[in-house]
Amino acid sequence: MTINGWLQILAYFLALLLLTRPLGGFLYRVFEGEKTLLSPALGPLERGIYRVTGVDARREQGWLGYTAAMLLFNLLGFLFLYTLLRLQGGLPLNPQGLPGVSPHLAFNTAISFVTNTNWQSYGGESTLSYLSQMLGLTTQNFVSAATGIAVALAVVRGFVRRKSDSLGNFWVDLTRATLYVLLPLAILSALALVALGMPQNFAHYTEATTLEGAQQLIAQGPVASQVAIKQLGSNGGGFFNVNSAHPFENPNALSNFLESLYLILIAAALTNTFGRMVKDERQGWALFGAMAILLAAGIGISYWSESQGNPAVAALGVEGPNLEGKETRFGVAQSVIWSAATTAASNGSVNAMHDSYTPLGGLVQMLNIQLGEAIFGGVGAGLYGMIVYAILAVFIAGLMVGRTPEYLGKKIEARELKLTMLAVLCLPLVLLGFSAYASVSPEMLKGLANAGPHGFSEILYAFSSAAGNNGSAFAGLSANAPLWNTLLGITMLVGRFAMIVPLLAVAGSLAAKPAVAPSAGTFPTHGGLFVGLLIGVLLIVGGLTYFPALALGPIVEQLALHAGQNY
Amino acid sequence: MKAQKQSLFDRRLLAPAIVDSFRKLNPASLAKNPVIFITALVAALATALLLRDASTGAPALAFSGQVVAWLWFTVLFANFAEAIAEGRGKAQADSLRKTRSLTVAKRLASPEAVTTTEVPATQLKVGDYVRVDAGEVIPGDGSIVTGVATVDESAITGESAPVVRESGGDRSAVTGGTRVLSDSLVIRISAAAGSSFLDRMIALVEGAARQKTPNELALNVLLAGMSLIFVLAVATIPAFAAYASAGSASLASALGSASATLPAPTSLREGTVSASHAGGPISLIVLIALFVTLIPTTIGALLSAIGIAGMNRLVNFNVLAMSGRAVEAAGDVDTLLLDKTGTITLGNRQAVAFIAMPGVEAEELAEAAQLSSLSDETPEGRSIVVLAKERYGLRGRDMASAHANFIAFSAQTRMSGVDIDGQVIRKGAVDAVVEQVRLAGQSVPPELLAETEKIAKSGGTPLAVVRDGRVLGLVQLKDIVKGGIRERFAELRQMGIRTVMITGDNAMTAAAIAAEAGVDDFLAQATPEAKLKLIREEQAKGKLVAMCGDGTNDAPALAQADVGVAMQTGTQAAREAGNMVDLDSDPTKLIEVVGIGKQMLMTRGALTTFSIANDVAKYFAIIPALFVAIYPQLNALNLMGLRSPQSAILSAIIFNALIIVALIPLALRGVAYRPGPAAGLLRRNLLVYGLGGLVAPFIGIKLIDLLVNLVGLV
Repeated sequence: MTINGWLQILAYFLALLLLTRPLGGFLYRVFEGEKTLLSPALGPLERGIYRVTGVDARREQGWLGYTAAMLLFNLLGFLFLYTLLRLQGGLPLNPQGLPGVSPHLAFNTAISFVTNTNWQSYGGESTLSYLSQMLGLTTQNFVSAATGIAVALAVVRGFVRRKSDSLGNFWVDLTRATLYVLLPLAILSALALVALGMPQNFAHYTEATTLEGAQQLIAQGPVASQVAIKQLGSNGGGFFNVNSAHPFENPNALSNFLESLYLILIAAALTNTFGRMVKDERQGWALFGAMAILLAAGIGISYWSESQGNPAVAALGVEGPNLEGKETRFGVAQSVIWSAATTAASNGSVNAMHDSYTPLGGLVQMLNIQLGEAIFGGVGAGLYGMIVYAILAVFIAGLMVGRTPEYLGKKIEARELKLTMLAVLCLPLVLLGFSAYASVSPEMLKGLANAGPHGFSEILYAFSSAAGNNGSAFAGLSANAPLWNTLLGITMLVGRFAMIVPLLAVAGSLAAKPAVAPSAGTFPTHGGLFVGLLIGVLLIVGGLTYFPALALGPIVEQLALHAGQNY
Repeated sequence: MKAQKQSLFDRRLLAPAIVDSFRKLNPASLAKNPVIFITALVAALATALLLRDASTGAPALAFSGQVVAWLWFTVLFANFAEAIAEGRGKAQADSLRKTRSLTVAKRLASPEAVTTTEVPATQLKVGDYVRVDAGEVIPGDGSIVTGVATVDESAITGESAPVVRESGGDRSAVTGGTRVLSDSLVIRISAAAGSSFLDRMIALVEGAARQKTPNELALNVLLAGMSLIFVLAVATIPAFAAYASAGSASLASALGSASATLPAPTSLREGTVSASHAGGPISLIVLIALFVTLIPTTIGALLSAIGIAGMNRLVNFNVLAMSGRAVEAAGDVDTLLLDKTGTITLGNRQAVAFIAMPGVEAEELAEAAQLSSLSDETPEGRSIVVLAKERYGLRGRDMASAHANFIAFSAQTRMSGVDIDGQVIRKGAVDAVVEQVRLAGQSVPPELLAETEKIAKSGGTPLAVVRDGRVLGLVQLKDIVKGGIRERFAELRQMGIRTVMITGDNAMTAAAIAAEAGVDDFLAQATPEAKLKLIREEQAKGKLVAMCGDGTNDAPALAQADVGVAMQTGTQAAREAGNMVDLDSDPTKLIEVVGIGKQMLMTRGALTTFSIANDVAKYFAIIPALFVAIYPQLNALNLMGLRSPQSAILSAIIFNALIIVALIPLALRGVAYRPGPAAGLLRRNLLVYGLGGLVAPFIGIKLIDLLVNLVGLV
């Protein structure tokens, strides 16, 4: 660990802190339908979209209507993408003449992008045509992120509205999120990345002769546009197979800093938007605080662990940090920032190989995902993920102030709790259930490259990543097989929609309630105390569930590492 | 029935409670509590496994046997917690039940009928008329049709002073089981046998009629949900362990090679399969133990005891909550409507000053006032005598020698006084006195009205004193705000509760008293309609309102309020409308009722937090024990340094069972409760029960482990 490294980490958090409030305010104005800087340009376009699609922007939907619209939209997105992938061989913009994608891989990939997971069973440059990447994946990168934002808005409206039977209009939220937020930010970011040297073209792959005289095929294409949105929209599906460890996908230190900032940016800003929506920005800062502390702890632990290096390597006389699988251009600090942020934020893009981290570093990554992607989390998904824990926290501890539990003025009662528990349960159900199946299924075990605890970590990481809609992987696993693709596909679906649907029902139920007036006797949910409580509940309720599994994976591996045993 | 102090574990309650803990093993009764039901279910499964192992002669039977025994103890302790809470109520119910036994009613064919037929009280129907004479027990709830009588209600209220009951008005309700002391009453029965007030009270204190409260139901959902999460966490362990033991077995052989990474997945695969076929190295009974320690058994076991104890605390306070929901609502109250008289001020006004008119000596006024009050037995009258004595050293004269003729207060004249030694002295309401003086053709000093105004503005009541037609001056009567009430209101304000004073006084007087007492707001010249409107307005602002009342015209407001405390002395209508009845008819108790509601909720929250925080230590006890055979390195997680895997598991399960018993007193007594703002309460409780819940089991399990090894249980 170096001062320089810590300064890089500090700079990262400072930048995040500085951007949260202004961007949060902008998002708030956009979703409240207020005038913004972009309104003159995009307002006519927005209204045009409604006219063409026949959406009545003023008609609001109840929770069922909102949910139905969201599900329908995602189903259509899935069918479109699946078809596109299957047929890409015969479609244009396929200079390499790549064939159609196999059914199970197309299923897995389509779900992966619809659920904002971007799990890559495919290798980008070797499997997908430019058309598939741009029309299929990039489109989903936008709209799956916009779906997340829309759901988060609807959930927050549940707290804001009083005795109301509506949660907003899904189509309007979707359109505004895409048009005013994701597109402009992606364009700005893409331009910045192009300026930093990232390719953006439709060219053939370049054939080059290396210094040694070998022939090399240099892949390229519309990289910058895809990278900008994969980072901003918590998607993570890289243009290249090695994602942002590829020099074209991450040309230099500045691009690395920007890309790792994009990972969290919108999720962080949404906490502030949330605060503004509930008319108390401190509420947003409390969620931000809990998220930031957990992220910082994760970064700190993995920075320490990676800096310790591998004792087995040290025994060979090579001192220094663990650099296996890391881009030497970025070093340890930039790698651990990225790895913690990408797992926390449900993004899944990488700039170093997670498989090669020390077990403790891998533990941080896995736990970040298993905590329900609530530490900033996916765009929108992180906010409603954290709200789930806030509901649990006020329910468990809220009674201790001598009142029945309430959050943001809404009483949390049996119905809300039932639905919340349903949302909480779905994650360990698929995550642990399928991991257990995979660890005894000969068919599934074929995909493992490593044995022992590390092999187990690969399984656990894969299902964590899918359930948490993260998308990153321990690379040792070869998951492009029918059973893996199918089970991971199901896991992604459950991890996304089995959480969203009950939560929208919670929002519907909350919106229908009257608000309780706050007083000095109200459970305070904006101070440091609540932040601490929230972290505690997150770690105990969210984290302890996975303790037995983690003990058999990264924990024992870490202990073995220092006992001189590698896996 | 009066607040009799019960020790927490009364020996007379202990034996029946132990019997009841076994009786409650009945699945139908267990099913009411999801967490304990699951515990019993897996305990039964573990028992079956134990029996199977015993028949096949598997090793470590003694250990498994102990684990199974402690699983059952966990269930029994949970039952015991509930039984002991119920037992405390039963003891109170028994004393109530005695009064109900075998009353004979004298039924009348009609209210006017003279002849009566004797029927057992249990056969009375709603609408029957009965006559109750002096010395007899009232056979059922009803309202008085004719008659006035003194009634001994001590059986219900514990208050030995008899009360007057009469037909019509707000004091017409009588309760079955109370005794008529004088005179005779004709009563129309308003509740059938079995559903009378007394019956309901018995059912309530016994806990028989206990319905789960909304928050309790929601909490049960949380606990059941968490149990399900732990089902997943524990049920997946065998598969993980099977993989691990296969991996580590094949690794052990490969460990010598330069690369520790296994090159051949196939060998691993085969190993896994064989391991899973062998059932894995993890004993199912141990997994069950892990599961039971992880699920929130502590709060699950104590939840209903907390609820019952909350109701009982109210009963000990002579307040009956008609439902647990009402107790919960009491904790949530934002606005308290308090009657001025009796709650905020002492019941009666007292003289605080003599204000003499120009040309009159203050002492002269005091003497006249005292003379006119010597025979006035009202508290106001007595306070005038006392004030005159204190201020001017005037002693009451011997009235008998002075040929005094006292004139009592009457509603017509609104004056009282004395004719003594040829002097005519009167005191009374200022306007009445003024009118009389003017009628007599005398003049009224102009200062009188100015002073009257001044007194009224300060929240006092002026009485004019006149002697032989000459106005001497005023006696200032004042509402005396109860000592300490201002501080109570400040406390309530800190807790976020707004107090509103309800009074029939005019706005000016009300404002003055409100300011002095420190209430947040007041409702002057309150009518039942105004009260109802105020409650609705508060509720529209999202506030929960508590109030107390007694009269029939209070009934709509009592019903509208979220917590309505009806006075036992009140009408049947009021008692039906409220969701609590105060047997002492003391409106001040509203404040305590809120405290008790809050304390119950806090106890529930504290034990939930404690229970969940406990899991951390339990994981650290059992996980290394569970896996150490596969991965010896995991002993590093054995933070407590527990002696052996077996003793670790046993210690965790013993701790888990014993903590239930250890916390029963807390569940019954409630957590320490000091009024204050929510932030402070939360900080304190989080520290004690959150942090305490993290740390306590580390210490507890370690100690039990030492003991287990000392005694040689493993």
